[in-house]
Amino acid sequence: MASLDRVKVLVLGDSGVGKSSLVHLLCQNQVLGNPSWTVGCSVDVRVHDYKEGTPEERTYYIELWDVGGSVGSASSVKSTRAVFYNSVNGIILVHDLTNKKSSQNLYRWSLEALNRDLVPTGVLVTNGEYDQEQFADNQIPLLVIGTKLDQIHETKRHEVLTRTAFLAEDFNAEEINLVIEKRYFLREGNQIPGFPDRKRFGGGTLKSLHYD
Amino acid sequence: MSFLIDSSIMITSQILFFGFGWLFFMRQLFKDYEVRQYVVQVIFSVTFAFSCTMFELIIFEILGVLNSSSRYFHWKMNLCIILLILVFMVPFYIGYSIVSNIRLLYKQRLLFSCLLWLTFMYFFWKLGDPFPILSPKHGILSIEQLISRVGVIGVTLMALLSGFGAVNCPYTYMSYFLRNVTDTDILALERRLLQTMDMIISKKKRMAIARRTMFQKGEVHNKPLGFWGMIKSVATSAPGSENLTLIQQEVDALEELSRQLFLETADLYATKERIEYSKTFKGKYFNFLGYFFSIYCVWKIFMATINIVFDRVGKTDPVTRGIEITVNYLGIQFDVKFWSQHISFILVGIIIVTSIRGLLITLTKFFYAISSSKSSNVIVLLLAQIMGMYFVSSVLLIRMSMPLEYRTIITEVLGELQFNFYHRWFDVIFLVSALSSILFLYLAHKQAPEKHMTP
Repeated sequence: MASLDRVKVLVLGDSGVGKSSLVHLLCQNQVLGNPSWTVGCSVDVRVHDYKEGTPEERTYYIELWDVGGSVGSASSVKSTRAVFYNSVNGIILVHDLTNKKSSQNLYRWSLEALNRDLVPTGVLVTNGEYDQEQFADNQIPLLVIGTKLDQIHETKRHEVLTRTAFLAEDFNAEEINLVIEKRYFLREGNQIPGFPDRKRFGGGTLKSLHYD
Repeated sequence: MSFLIDSSIMITSQILFFGFGWLFFMRQLFKDYEVRQYVVQVIFSVTFAFSCTMFELIIFEILGVLNSSSRYFHWKMNLCIILLILVFMVPFYIGYSIVSNIRLLYKQRLLFSCLLWLTFMYFFWKLGDPFPILSPKHGILSIEQLISRVGVIGVTLMALLSGFGAVNCPYTYMSYFLRNVTDTDILALERRLLQTMDMIISKKKRMAIARRTMFQKGEVHNKPLGFWGMIKSVATSAPGSENLTLIQQEVDALEELSRQLFLETADLYATKERIEYSKTFKGKYFNFLGYFFSIYCVWKIFMATINIVFDRVGKTDPVTRGIEITVNYLGIQFDVKFWSQHISFILVGIIIVTSIRGLLITLTKFFYAISSSKSSNVIVLLLAQIMGMYFVSSVLLIRMSMPLEYRTIITEVLGELQFNFYHRWFDVIFLVSALSSILFLYLAHKQAPEKHMTP
């Protein structure tokens, strides 16, 4: 076990966007049947073979730390959350494509996670405005994921996807939009439609996470 | 002609209240969510607007603004509308929202929401039976029937909130109750939390590796097994999967522990912030207020007990009594009518404003604590319902604080309700609520410090 290296990735986002479902899908290859409130932080582990098939193949553990709560929580909750932000290798920002506020709140989430070392008191004074300079010298790779794509009507998809593309550009991050679980009354069945997306995600992330 | 002018004044003020309710909804309540169904926002603002109009009419009554007959007309109309909203519209929409969230019933949601509403009406009606609130000469579908029941619910809510607030307010303000928390306590808890997370991670790593080896050996259980496959899996179970269930149980226990530690750490941080706040000037001011409020709370509990034990309901309002005292005992002569009008206006105004403000703040706190993005609509509608009932019952109870000549309009409009019953009921529930809050806070306070104080 000691030969396998450790990679810590935070999964941040508002309540109800689908972080726990996403983490469960990645690690257990199954859809989470009964999602419920995440209190504190739940961790899951995925074993990944980096550069599979090549002579430089290494196996990594990716720890996905799914931090619960909302960005408007009391400062005592924020200070407690800050203990999870130590020595992070990558951040996944999750937002709900049907809820504009959750994408706007991503700025505040990323500031909370990244400014951990700059503001030792743990009290953040931001009002949702973001400063692109703060992301300019950021060494930690970011990935923006939009969920619940199937709940957006066909006609509105283009407008929503362009908006999220701008969002990802602002962060200087990679972006993926996917469907984690098809809702019952829109279509029949309960498959894992995001499967091809998942494979793409697996390869893409590790490329940006691994740095020498 | 004057009726038209009066009506236009009323309508303008109603639009103003509506706008205020709308803004409050958008800026305060739904700060972190996206409003997708504007109907909810409209319903909330409409309920708020009509409730505030009732208070406005009371103020107009005291000040003598507007024509008396037009005031009466607006009272009646306002009351009818608000009852319609509280008994028909909001409960129906609550039922509809709940049913829309449940997957199974989605197809026939109108039918099921009607069923829910009928159940609500049944229990609402039954509510009136055990209480002696009506004289028997009223018909079935009269305003008095509806108002009396709404009044019972509203007064219960008011008394519960008052009781809890009266006890909780000094408890939070006074720093005497603050537990002593040091930085080392917090650091120790944080270390335990991170250690627990590390243990969870190492166990999950073992599970992941075990699953991977099982997968590579071909013991995949993802595909649906055939008939013989199912029989085989019942008879023999691979040793790997048994190990997995054991580790999974350990992981579940550790995860529960990590949640507890997280909540305790958040609690300690909150206490530490309160300690720091109490050292500031504002904190000291609130601390002093806390002592003051605790005396007031004890006095209120005492008065409620006296009222119940000696079965006495105040006949005169505080304004008239105060004036009587000053005139008779202190010998100060002044124009009773003039002053009583102004003083009661100020007193009633203060009561109204503080109760509106207090209710809105409590609703906001409550909303933040329990809502999520899925249930926010239902919760807001519930809050609108509570707010409407609360305001209607405030009108019932405020009658006691007004001098006799102003009480007539409320008595006329609301009909022959047994007002004394409502006051008695308020006292009883207030007492029960205050005493149980004291017990509850005492238990919570005792139990907390023993857990993680460093000796």
